[in-house]
Order: sequence, then structure tokens, then C-alpha cells
Amino acid sequence: MGNFPFVVAMLLVILGLYTLLFKRNLIKLVIGASLIETGVNLFLVALGYRTAGIAPIYTYAPPALADRMVLPTPQALTLTSIVIGLATTALLLSFAVVIHRHYGTLDVREVKELKG
Amino acid sequence: MNALSVHAPVLLVATPLLAAFVVPLVAKLGSTVRNAVVGVFTLLTASLAGLVAANVLAGSGAPSVYVFGANPLNLTLPSGMHVPIRILFEVDGMSAFMILITALVAVAATLYSFSYFKEHSGGEMYYPLLFLLLAAIFGMEETGDLFNFFVFLEIAGIAACGLIGFRPWRGRSQEAAFKTMALYTLSGLFVLIALGLLYGQHGGLNIAYLSSRVGAGMLDLVALGLLVVALGTKAGVAPMHMWALDAYGEAPAPISAVLVASSQASLYGLFRVLFTLFGAAVSVAALGWFLIALSVLTLFVGVTMALLQKDIKRLIAYGAVSQIGYMLLGVGVGFTTSGSRPAYGFVAMQGGIFHMVNDAACIGLLFLAAGAVHRASGTRDLNRMGGLGHDMKWTAALFAIGALALAGVPPFNGFSSKLLIYESSFAASPILAAIAILSSILLLAVFMKVFQAAFLGPRLLENVREASRGMLVSMLMLAVVVVVFGLFPGFFVDKLVTPAAKALWLGRDAYVRAVLGG
Repeated sequence: MGNFPFVVAMLLVILGLYTLLFKRNLIKLVIGASLIETGVNLFLVALGYRTAGIAPIYTYAPPALADRMVLPTPQALTLTSIVIGLATTALLLSFAVVIHRHYGTLDVREVKELKG
Repeated sequence: MNALSVHAPVLLVATPLLAAFVVPLVAKLGSTVRNAVVGVFTLLTASLAGLVAANVLAGSGAPSVYVFGANPLNLTLPSGMHVPIRILFEVDGMSAFMILITALVAVAATLYSFSYFKEHSGGEMYYPLLFLLLAAIFGMEETGDLFNFFVFLEIAGIAACGLIGFRPWRGRSQEAAFKTMALYTLSGLFVLIALGLLYGQHGGLNIAYLSSRVGAGMLDLVALGLLVVALGTKAGVAPMHMWALDAYGEAPAPISAVLVASSQASLYGLFRVLFTLFGAAVSVAALGWFLIALSVLTLFVGVTMALLQKDIKRLIAYGAVSQIGYMLLGVGVGFTTSGSRPAYGFVAMQGGIFHMVNDAACIGLLFLAAGAVHRASGTRDLNRMGGLGHDMKWTAALFAIGALALAGVPPFNGFSSKLLIYESSFAASPILAAIAILSSILLLAVFMKVFQAAFLGPRLLENVREASRGMLVSMLMLAVVVVVFGLFPGFFVDKLVTPAAKALWLGRDAYVRAVLGG
């Protein structure tokens, strides 16, 4: 059970990489990037999980529990990463919308004026 | 004054960040007020950059620490802690050097943008994105915390892609922006995985703390590999340079110049990871030769593909990629020898680092001149230009200065740094020096061709007008840097480059001590 979350996280990253490298539709590429991001977030959350740990809120916490508090850094990282992910996904999708307006297609094989 | 000086590192990031949110508001009052505010904020940012750099260089490049929320501000380990918990900025000679490059490019690009975007609407969105990009670049160069670095890296990526795709009526710019953003996202996530691995092992994200803890364990090496790949990609190192061509080629001209500074900030991150974070933990020779191989590939790809280009900005973009190869070659030779520390290793470091500022100035100048050419002639196709020198004498002269400097012709600045690189890479292996010199000669050939095609010959286009005064002044500013750095290289190497090279090559212990004490 211990390594299971990490396995799932890496599977998500690999699925996302596969999508990003081999799919031809711009929207699917965005989905691929999103999948990798979800995998990384899961990885960070799994890193921060401690069995029987409690949230590091000192107010009203019994002193006996103080050594079971978890360090909140991974959660803070994940939260930041989710916000950044939202921004990148939105930006990528808006570029896809404008590209569709210009070329009338989302197929990367037909959107390739920039070569060489 | 003293308080300003003490808080300058954080103000350097806060000022452009504030500007990014103030400018859209004052833009409601008309474009004159907006430009005035943009100008004031840019000058303010540049002066703060100068102040930060002057403070650090006055201490001959020793790292100075700014801890957020601590009292006093350099208290890194309060009340018996062993791990630095707070986020901190750590500015040493190398950071100061990078900050100065960014400030130079920022001032030139902003001044140029005033004229370049005069007839376009959308300035209330353009300048905020530019300021966000600048804030993020300064942050990347100052931070002493890896996660903080990641956040600034992502802000830089998002702002940069917003600017690359800033002209949505051009389909190609959207294509470039999408590709760049996809690669930026991917490399950003690689950095985040590496951070997760390092945090999981050592329980901290402070660079100095991690530097004292990392070893040559499997997971640490995976993290190092991910960081090298991701930051190399963002710096535009071959074989992951494709985004750079599209981005530099399709972005508005002043943004191409700022993107060069942003790529260099990623390169700075790579150097920081190699020298400061992993410098004592890994076998430097193997990794160093890997970097040298990448740098030679970058040089080769940049120069040979530039020969084939017909689009003036895309051609300069290839030139920019090849210059990244020179920096990586110099610093790669320095890294390879950082175990035994022979004298030529330090010369290689100086050459590679000195080339960063020279590249920012001359590539920036070329991009700005190409923008002026595009604006005047309405085309970027070299086959359809010709004889522009008749009507654009100043632009032609400035372009020539940039091109000669890029090709490493004396007395311009490209020559002085390339000479250091040739000399030291010859000591490492004569083949490297031969490749570096050959690339320079090919670059000269390429830019002779461009200059001839665009500026010489009979007039092919009617109604071409010289670039406006604002554009010329900003180009002149970079050209002055190109010439002055070329005429007095010894002075600048002593004052700016040597502290930076020392901070990377020899400064790891001082960097760690500044945070962990002892």
C-alpha cells in the first residue's frame, strides 16, 4: 500500500507524456499537459502524507499531539501548483481557440507554418 | 536611503509587480499618462537593479541574504532551528550580474516599445505582461529557494507566452505561443517533480540547505537529470531549442530581446543547480563533458540552420540559439574542471559568463533592428527586401554593429568574450576551440548575407522611412554597450564578470555558509 500513490502518480505522468507526444489534436495536447500536472500534484500530496498525522494548527491542539503534526510544505506546493496549472491550461486553451479561428482546424499536422 | 538599500532585493521584484497592476488602471487616462507611468516604473526598477548589484559588488560578490519576515533580515535560523523555513533571497556576484543584464534589456525594450506600439491598441495589456515577465526574471535571479524559483519560472513562462501570442491576428504567433507554452509547462512540471524528489529526501527546499545535504544517491541524480533537462529546455539548448526559434521569431521585436534575458535566467538557474546545488555531490567531469557536447550541438545547429533561413527574425533567432552554445561551452569547460581548478577553467568561466551580457546586448540590438526593418518595409522575407540602407542609414549602421559583434569581430564585445572561450576551450581540447571558431566564421558569413540582402543594393521598396527616434535611441543604447564592452573588456571583466565567475566556481561554500552559518 505504501508506494501505491506514487505508482498511480507516475502512471498519470506517463499517460500525460504519451498524450502530449503522440496525439495530434491541440485540445488533447492540453489534456495531456493537464494529466501530467495532476500526476505531479498527486506525487506531492503523497509525499506529504503521514499515517496518523494531524494538521499543523496549534490553536487548541493538545501538546501531546504536537509531534504528530505534519509539515505543511507539500500541501502549500500543491496548492500553488494547482493555481499555476489553472493559468497554463487556460492560456493553452485560449491559444487553441485562436488557432482554430485562423486555420479552421485543431490538427497539428495542418497547423505548421513554422518549420525549419 | 539605508532602508531602501536594505530592502532593495525585494523591492526589485515588488516594483515591476506593482507596475503590472497599476498600469492597466492609469491606462484609462490615455496613452501619454500610461507611457509616462511605464517609463517611471522601468527606470525605478532599473535603478533598484543597479542598487542591488552595487551593494553586492561592493562586497566583491559575497552572498547577501534577505529573509522574508525575519527580524533582523539576515536571520536565517531563528531560535535553534536547523532548517531554514522562511523563504529567502540570496544575491551573490552571479545574481548581481544577471540582474544588470535584465535591467539593461528591460530599459531598451520598454523605450523601443513606446514607438513600436504607437499605432496599436492593447498597450494596457502589453506593459503589464512585460512587467510581470521582468518581475519573474528578477525573482528567478535573486531567489535562494527552489520552490520560489519554480514559481517565478512559471510566472515568467506564462507572461512570456502571453507576449509571444500578443498579436492574435497573426496565426503564426499563436502557433508559436502554443508550442512554447506546451514546452514551458512540461519543463516546469519536470522541475516540480525534481523538487518533490529533493524535498522528500532532505525535507527542505532552500538551495543552500539542500546543497549541504544532497549526495550522489539514485533519487538525487534523477532530480538533477530532470532539472538539467527542464532548465536546458527553457534556455533553448539543442536538441530542445525548437520553441526558441518560433518564440523569438514570432514575438514582437522588443519581446524577443526580453525573451533572450528570460532564457538566460533559465540558464542561470541551470548554472546555479550545477555549481551551487550539486557542485560537491556529483562527478563533475562526466556531467561537464555532457554539457560540452550539448553546447557543441547547440552551436552547430544554430549556425548551420541559420544559413538556410529567409525570414530575418527567424535567422536572428538561430543566431541567438548558437550564442547559448557559446555560454554553455565556456561554463561547461569551467564545470568540467571545477574539481581540479586549473587556471584555464576560470578563464572559461569568465568567457562563458561575459558572453551572457554580450549576447544580451548584441542579439537584443539585432532583434530591435530587425523589428525596425520589418516595420519600415512591411516584410520579413529577405528575398523581398533590398536597398533599405538608402533610406535607413542609422538602422543599417546599428544592425552592422550588432552583426559584427555577434560574429566575434574585434573591436566589438562579442570578440572579447569569445576570445576567452577559444583560449580556454583550446586548453580543454583543441577540437572545441576549432568548432567554436568555425561557428563564428559561419555566423559572420550568414550575417554578411543578411546585411547585403536587406540593406545594400538598389532600392526595391518605395516609401521606406527611417525608424522613429525612440526606436533608434534604444538601439543606440545597446550599441553603446556593444562598443564600450568591446573597447574596455578588461575593466568590465574585473568589475562585473570576475565576481560572478568566482561566485559560481568557488562560491559554493560561501553560499551555503551565508544561510546555514558556521
